[in-house]
Amino acid sequence: MMDWNFLTDVFQQLLTGLPLTLQLSAMALAVGFALSILVAAAAGSSFRLFRWIGNAHIELFRGTPLLVQIFLIYYGLGQIPGLRQSFLWPFLREPYWCAVLALALNTSAYTAEIIRGALQAVPLGEIEAGRSCGMSGLLLRRRVVWPIAVRQGLAVYGSEVILMLKATSLASIITLTEVTGIAYKLISSSYRVMEVFAVTGALYLTLTFLISLAFSVIESRLNKHLAYRRN
Amino acid sequence: MTLSIFELIGFGPHGWGLPLLTAASITLAAAVSGFALGSLLGVIGAALKLSRSRILRAAGTFYTTVFRGIPEILIVYLFYFGGSVAFTKVMNMSGFPGFFSLPAFAIGVLAVGIVSGAYQTEAYRAGFLRLDRGQIEAGLSCGMSDFLLLRRIIAPQALRFALPALGNVWQSVLKETALLSVIGLTELLRQSITAAGSTREPLLFYGVAAAMFFIIGRLTGSLLSRTEKRLARPWSR
Repeated sequence: MMDWNFLTDVFQQLLTGLPLTLQLSAMALAVGFALSILVAAAAGSSFRLFRWIGNAHIELFRGTPLLVQIFLIYYGLGQIPGLRQSFLWPFLREPYWCAVLALALNTSAYTAEIIRGALQAVPLGEIEAGRSCGMSGLLLRRRVVWPIAVRQGLAVYGSEVILMLKATSLASIITLTEVTGIAYKLISSSYRVMEVFAVTGALYLTLTFLISLAFSVIESRLNKHLAYRRN
Repeated sequence: MTLSIFELIGFGPHGWGLPLLTAASITLAAAVSGFALGSLLGVIGAALKLSRSRILRAAGTFYTTVFRGIPEILIVYLFYFGGSVAFTKVMNMSGFPGFFSLPAFAIGVLAVGIVSGAYQTEAYRAGFLRLDRGQIEAGLSCGMSDFLLLRRIIAPQALRFALPALGNVWQSVLKETALLSVIGLTELLRQSITAAGSTREPLLFYGVAAAMFFIIGRLTGSLLSRTEKRLARPWSR
């Protein structure tokens, strides 16, 4: 027997955490994307020092668990003497900003790698064609390199967005009551594990489905000029 | 009394070196077992997704969609709480009153294995799809049975094609084991939480945990890429 009242109650309680989940994902993705452009530029730069810093950033944040990064930022940063007195402390004291910072740094490393891959996937012939038309520098990038790279990287970035949405669930461990935090409370108070899990899972699956739908719509819009190739 | 960094992470009487190394071996053991379970599930999942029956294909798709679309931590909670609720019910019914919980290691391996199985399904499926269909036909026309075909033609090549993707799954499995700290398994992160709490040195101990995860990932990664190169030999001229 399914207890519909309990399920709708769980659903309504989870919905109160949804804004925080979405906000954390959006903030982390926005900050992370801006950061990733810098990181990708540094990693692809011709200065050895910049290249080293960019690559170290990518390797370190991709090579360690996100939960450890969250703990390092939330519990560890307070130990740095200067930081407690600085203007940043009111932010870094809050679990919310620590979660945003950790998620943003994490996704910036993965996104930088996606950008690098997308730029590498631009066919050399297209760049040569642009050059032979007399384009160079910013014009070449704006008209040829970037439009092609965006189309190459879009699908992979879509799965990064989904990974970020899932990763916001770790914020519940540093006391934030987003969707997973609420689910945890409901599970440990009611012990009706399957029911709470099913509703929470369905909520996350709906979100991931909507994200992948959005990305496939954008992708087909951007690739309209290739539509005839499909038949 | 204040201890220096080297005393704190060393092997002396106040050092956390030995507990941390033990915890690292538990991390490694959980990751290897989880990955192995995931391989088994991945092969089954790939077989389901490549099957001719629509129902089996749907079952495979359901598995990969659900376990790749839901946060891993929720799945860890599901097995941890769900497992102990079910186990307690069984024990109570067989006449043992009270609350029972399952060992964290087993629960952790199960959770990590099922999630990584969903990702490995895609790796094995892609590996199989890259096979040259003509070789399967050639094998069949030589009179090979399904099993012989699998052993001699399909498995060796599909595995080799799947290996780079499997390497990525391995790296994420290794990092995912950090989530098992929430169910009380004394792996690297849990041990670092304990150490950070009792010494009040969170920066140092979470830094050490991060470094150890990084090193394990690097070492196993280079091992995998060497295997990859060796297995690629027949294809390189």
